[in-house]
Amino acid sequence: MSLLEVKDLQVRVEDREILHGLSLTVNKGEVHAIMGPNGSGKSTLSHVIAGKPGYEVTGGEILFGGEDLLAMSPDQRSAKGVFLAFQYPVEIPGVTTMTFLRTALNAQRKARGESEFLVPEFLKKAYAVAERLNIPREMLKRGVNVGFSGGEKKRNEILQMALFEPALCILDEMDSGLDIDALRVAADGVNALRSPDRAMVVITHYQRLLNYIIPDFVHVMSKGRVVKSGGKELALELEASGYAQFEDAA
Amino acid sequence: MAAVQETVDRVRQIDVDQYRYGFETLIESEKAPKGLSEDTVRFISAKKNEPAWMLEWRLEAYRRWLTMTEPTWARVNYPKIDYQDLYYYSAPKPKKQLASLDEIDPEILKTYEKLGIPLREVAVLEGVVRPEGEAAPAGRRIAVDAVFDSVSVATTFKEELKKAGVIFMPISEAIREHPELVKKYLGTVVPTSDNFFATLNSAVFSDGSFVYVPPGVRCPMELSTYFRINERNTGQFERTLIIADKGSYVSYLEGCTAPQRDENQLHAAVVELVTLDDAEIKYSTVQNWYPGNSEGKGGIYNFVTKRGDCRGNNSKISWTQVETGSAITWKYPSCILRGDNSRGEFYSIAISNGHQQVDSGTKMIHLGKNTTSRIISKGIAAGVSQNTYRGLVTAHRKATGARNYTACDSLLIGDKCGAHTVPYVEAKNSSALFEHEATTSKISEDVLFYCVQRGLSQEEAVGLVVNGFVKDVLQQLPMEFAVEAQKLISISLEGSVG
Repeated sequence: MSLLEVKDLQVRVEDREILHGLSLTVNKGEVHAIMGPNGSGKSTLSHVIAGKPGYEVTGGEILFGGEDLLAMSPDQRSAKGVFLAFQYPVEIPGVTTMTFLRTALNAQRKARGESEFLVPEFLKKAYAVAERLNIPREMLKRGVNVGFSGGEKKRNEILQMALFEPALCILDEMDSGLDIDALRVAADGVNALRSPDRAMVVITHYQRLLNYIIPDFVHVMSKGRVVKSGGKELALELEASGYAQFEDAA
Repeated sequence: MAAVQETVDRVRQIDVDQYRYGFETLIESEKAPKGLSEDTVRFISAKKNEPAWMLEWRLEAYRRWLTMTEPTWARVNYPKIDYQDLYYYSAPKPKKQLASLDEIDPEILKTYEKLGIPLREVAVLEGVVRPEGEAAPAGRRIAVDAVFDSVSVATTFKEELKKAGVIFMPISEAIREHPELVKKYLGTVVPTSDNFFATLNSAVFSDGSFVYVPPGVRCPMELSTYFRINERNTGQFERTLIIADKGSYVSYLEGCTAPQRDENQLHAAVVELVTLDDAEIKYSTVQNWYPGNSEGKGGIYNFVTKRGDCRGNNSKISWTQVETGSAITWKYPSCILRGDNSRGEFYSIAISNGHQQVDSGTKMIHLGKNTTSRIISKGIAAGVSQNTYRGLVTAHRKATGARNYTACDSLLIGDKCGAHTVPYVEAKNSSALFEHEATTSKISEDVLFYCVQRGLSQEEAVGLVVNGFVKDVLQQLPMEFAVEAQKLISISLEGSVG
């Protein structure tokens, strides 16, 4: 069974249809890149999978491990193993990163009927993961993303990904706002999480991210549809010729 | 966007009937005849075996009250109160003279047990969640004075406090046992003629707590009073007087709850604090009076006058309040900074949900030289509630070097509620330095989505964001109270988002 099956998905925002019958199949262990120009519906796809309010699904379905994902609330999807790394992670003043991580992980575990982590047990785990990702402990004591640089925010997303061990990671425009060094650090973090049990969907406008996170499959989106799929070489092809050739195909 | 609409729909269905302390205790009680007259005042004074001077003091207040009118300047609306339709005194009927706690009506003991208030002298720290990395403190004890309707039913740790020289007793007893102290300080911070509700309180107050901390003494434990209104149609008029003599320190906590009732109940308290040279009082309140039901029916009218007088040089008074209950809150814990170098602080979290109305804030009155004050106010409005911060900061002509810092932040949940900030700032001395910052924000759908994407339910997400918003103030509370307050905040906002 595939981990994620998006079948003929149609999505509206207010009165405008954004996705017009999109299909995508992702298996465990695979890394898929979704590329496309601005406004092609890449981010909409990631939001609908994660269950962000404000989108109306008018047709098609999404199965996750064979289950109807669209019938689940966003927090249930999270507990099932859907993780969305945000393009613009939000700030939550007054809530330390550590408290947030523990509250979130315990909420997921509780939803799965697993025991909750006690504080000392959790601290040990969190510090170990942070160390692996080269994240200073001091960062965990600050408010969630408050005063973080662009690179720190993305690293914080990867830290959560590492800690929650989701089955599916969706990375929405992870490279936006990062300089080349910060990008490399973030990409290393993501690569360390690649595993035969986990799938990743990397959404990006630019090919350069894919020099660091090398995908197994590349899909090109245009005007709310996948217009071409192929191997990693498709990304390079795009880099050379641009998106214009697909505008008409859509 | 759809999300906003969902939120609004859920906000409409808010059920503040989730109030957990709405039960009623069935006991026999003894009441004064309904209504207010000189006879009522005499009745109360006689019940308390008061000396003649106290009765005279009350009667003077009563006569004054007759000439006064109810204030209308606050941003609150309520039908006219019929002061003749209230009971002004209600006491659980004693079976006999009480010699020990074991003789208190078991129904009352059960009530306080249900409320989680220890009337037995035990450590109360079990099961408290500590912030990360913090070592477990040794079991801290809290002395409690329990006020049930109009009378104090129990005061714990009296003996131990006595050894330290601290007087902690119902004010009705203090009037008889320490008349010199009561006479010297009662009404000197909030005069009998101060305002409509304070004057009413002066005439009919029946009980409350009295604290005196002698010079140089650091009170060995937290003191607390727990107020409970049980009886129907009964106003609660308690009076608290706390005096910290030279170089002393005391931390005092106040908690309050009431049963769920359809009619509104009046609570008009007066709290007076006095600090002499180098003394400090820290006064914390977690106010959880019944807020009324989802239609806005019932609930407590909380019309309270709280004021502290930093009478001595280098003295300090700090108010911390967490206001989650009451149908209407009208309350401005204030500081008169009379002594040179004295300091006043006001930390407030005011949460309104359903149909609640809050008009609360503080007054910092700078009279002495080099006086400083700090105001941190966090207002959170949900449902169709109205939440107003009203604050006065003023420097007298002679208040050279007065400094104030004020920060008022408001958070809105949904779009049917309102948050208002009404600061009055007045400096008559050109060396005064007053700063005022204010922000109003809406709880953002993006932040909520981020949290639920990470596995939190909507309500957990709101609770987390709000607790982060009020963190600066929560940190000011004694730890046991902070934990309780944190839970209370989450409960108060249950059902406030979709």
